[in-house]
Amino acid sequence: MREAPVVELRGVWKTFDHHEVLRGVSLVLPKGTTLAVMGGSGVGKTVLLRLCAGLTRPDAGEIRLFGANIEQLREEAMLSLRRRTGFVFQSAALFDSLSVFENVAYPLREHTTLSEGEITERVHRFLSVVGLPGTDSLLPAELSGGMKKRVGIARALVLEPEVVFFDEPTAGLDPTNARVVGELIAQLRSGVCDTAIVVTHDVEFADMVSDQMAILHDGRFEATGTPEEVHRSTVPAVQAFLAGELRES
Amino acid sequence: MTAGNYLRVQGRQTLIWYGGLGLLTAQVVRNLALPPSYWRVVLQEVDRMGVRSVLVALTAAVFTGMVLALQSAVNMARFGAENYVGPVVALSILRELGPVLTAILVGGKVASGITAELGSMKVTEQIDALRAIGVNYVKKLIVPRVLAALFVFPLLTILADFVGLLGGMLIAVFERHVDFYVYWNNIFYWVTLRDFLTGVGKSFFFAAIITLVGCYNGLSTEGGTEGLGRATTATVVEVAMAVILADFFLTKLFLFLFWPQT
Repeated sequence: MREAPVVELRGVWKTFDHHEVLRGVSLVLPKGTTLAVMGGSGVGKTVLLRLCAGLTRPDAGEIRLFGANIEQLREEAMLSLRRRTGFVFQSAALFDSLSVFENVAYPLREHTTLSEGEITERVHRFLSVVGLPGTDSLLPAELSGGMKKRVGIARALVLEPEVVFFDEPTAGLDPTNARVVGELIAQLRSGVCDTAIVVTHDVEFADMVSDQMAILHDGRFEATGTPEEVHRSTVPAVQAFLAGELRES
Repeated sequence: MTAGNYLRVQGRQTLIWYGGLGLLTAQVVRNLALPPSYWRVVLQEVDRMGVRSVLVALTAAVFTGMVLALQSAVNMARFGAENYVGPVVALSILRELGPVLTAILVGGKVASGITAELGSMKVTEQIDALRAIGVNYVKKLIVPRVLAALFVFPLLTILADFVGLLGGMLIAVFERHVDFYVYWNNIFYWVTLRDFLTGVGKSFFFAAIITLVGCYNGLSTEGGTEGLGRATTATVVEVAMAVILADFFLTKLFLFLFWPQT
């Protein structure tokens, strides 16, 4: 029997204050795929990602996560599905009263019965994966933007999710940190998690981490396919975005 | 904006607020029965709400008792009824002022703190982070606060009642020279257990109202730090108003239930 896609959207609409952000968007994310969703600022990339993770409800259309139709589920019923996913927020969204160690340990304390020793071992392993060993006792306020983002990634990965949603993982980072995060996401595909949706406006970054690409413009996908296919697209909006003319639209 | 449009917008916002508060209450009730139980968080909240509010509640109570005794003694002396200051002070404090003043003073402090904390978590996406991790945020953030308040507010009210009576005694005995035994004997003769229990009963309702308003305003905070400031201020006003309005209806209800002849 064919395996159900990890994420599937069919004709999804979302409106905020009479502004149609998404107008009938559809996508399929099979297991083992890293999809980069690109588009200019304010086109609804983050909204799309939040819909995929069930953090926002659609106005119309169908969203399936691991085969379950999630817009019919109550918040409580969504929790077990979300435990199989990881979400990396653009702002990192770290718990500001908890140390780096406690932030990364948080999902383990909530959802597992691991001993304190096992939690410590796993937290240290993931902090090493993101290149932040020895930062256990630091508070989020003491971290740089790039470090916060990497702690956010470690927290999203620590339960070893089946799919990870990355919201603008390189936004606000200097080129060095952006490259570090890019290499980290690329490494994940052969290790912790091989399925991801990465929302970004950075074309080079998307080329580095993804094997599928989609360009969101005016509430719809203007182009989808492999990075090579999208780069060859003749759609004017896609060409304009790739040429850097639509990124601040 | 015309007056009609203004009223329509305000009416819509009020309906949304009450509807949202009702939905949150339903969520809290539903989540009470769901695992897991965050008893450690409940204890932390008991400490934060109760232990750190004792001084405020008791200071207000002792001075309220003193003022009541002073006012009633001065006026009752004109009718030669100064010995009955005790029951007047006790009935006022046990039935009304103990629970209401505690709810307004401590409730304003507690609810605005809750709104500020949850609102800050909302605008920095920490609540969404909890949801993304698969944590039931109602169970983790709201239910423990409601449970803690249901425990703390009745206890604070009982303490405030007792300290208020002591404050009244200080004035009655040492300034107005009412006999110590007459003060307490008249209280125990005229005041019944029902008077005390209906006051404590009110504090359960006030506790639920205070925490739910604080939590709802925090969770519905929008507009960054400016929105957070607005939400916190609104909480203080709304909690005070809600307690006073609820007090009227609870008084009517308790009079109907426990003193049907009156």
